[in-house]
Amino acid sequence: MKRNEAISCVLSLLKREVVVAANGMISREAHAARDRTSNFYMLGSMGLASSIALGIAVNKPSRKVVVLDGDGNVLMGLGALAMAGNSQPKNLVHFVFDNERYESTGGQPSISNKIDLDKIALASGYKQVFKVCTIAELKLASKHVLANDGLSFVVVKVSADDPKDGARRVSQSPIKIANRFIASVNL
Amino acid sequence: MTSRKFCKLIHEERITFCTGVPDSTLADLFREIEKDKRFDYVPSVREDLAIGLATGAFFANRRSLVLMQNSGLGYCLNALASLPLLYHVPMLLVIGWRGYGNHDSPEHTIFGKSTTALLKAVGIPYLVLGSKKEEEKINLLIKQMHANHMPVALLVRDGILKNETK
Repeated sequence: MKRNEAISCVLSLLKREVVVAANGMISREAHAARDRTSNFYMLGSMGLASSIALGIAVNKPSRKVVVLDGDGNVLMGLGALAMAGNSQPKNLVHFVFDNERYESTGGQPSISNKIDLDKIALASGYKQVFKVCTIAELKLASKHVLANDGLSFVVVKVSADDPKDGARRVSQSPIKIANRFIASVNL
Repeated sequence: MTSRKFCKLIHEERITFCTGVPDSTLADLFREIEKDKRFDYVPSVREDLAIGLATGAFFANRRSLVLMQNSGLGYCLNALASLPLLYHVPMLLVIGWRGYGNHDSPEHTIFGKSTTALLKAVGIPYLVLGSKKEEEKINLLIKQMHANHMPVALLVRDGILKNETK
């Protein structure tokens, strides 16, 4: 499964959910696949997607908060999984698109080929944990975690793409991204 | 100023979402915030994650306080530059100033000397607590935080935010 197909698949299932997209290719592909006012695109701050999402989730229990994360990102901010496990927000869904690469910087290998991110999530107290390898599995798991309450984690194994085929940078300015996102989150 | 009075002051500013990583200089303030029901305290395990959390809280319409030791400022400089400074997110940082005046253990020497230079370098306005008319000065700094939609910092030396001992 290609990452952009996987990201499109998840975004196509969303309605009122709030999205926090990690920096690099994930934000770009989310923006290209389905730009929404309730998408927050991280431009820098690598590793912090899930802590931003946690800050929203604990303060907006009525909104489902979806993180679109990468393997390099989640490994950089691993402590955030423990924080989420400690807070146990029922409305936080954490997707990790795992290509075992730092693709935005040229495809250098990450270490996620040897590390079970799903087991780390389980040990951190995530309640619904899935690991999927096909679009059909992804669709099933996504529908389940979006429909059911509970801190959730979905590792999505995706192929390593040629970085040359990557989506364009997010076109909105940081302030525009933030302002329309805030308006949408608090609607 | 006591920690209790400081809590009253920030509560009046509706700053009620708190996170951070503990520091001995801020021990009384941590205790005060954790027991005071008017504040929501969510612990962070690293200072950069605290900046992420406070940014998310602001997106959800909360005003945030982030507590840390100045050594943690090193961990979160990039987070500050690429989240609240980039997206114009206000937050109040309260930073314990270890290594101030060189009277501290060796691991605090380098950061103790460079704390204010680091804040200046990334463009975060700050106030060193413990001077005259400080309530007024804190209020002004918080006004600046709201008006310019940016993080601002209070530097706290040892003994400054202690509660009175009985």
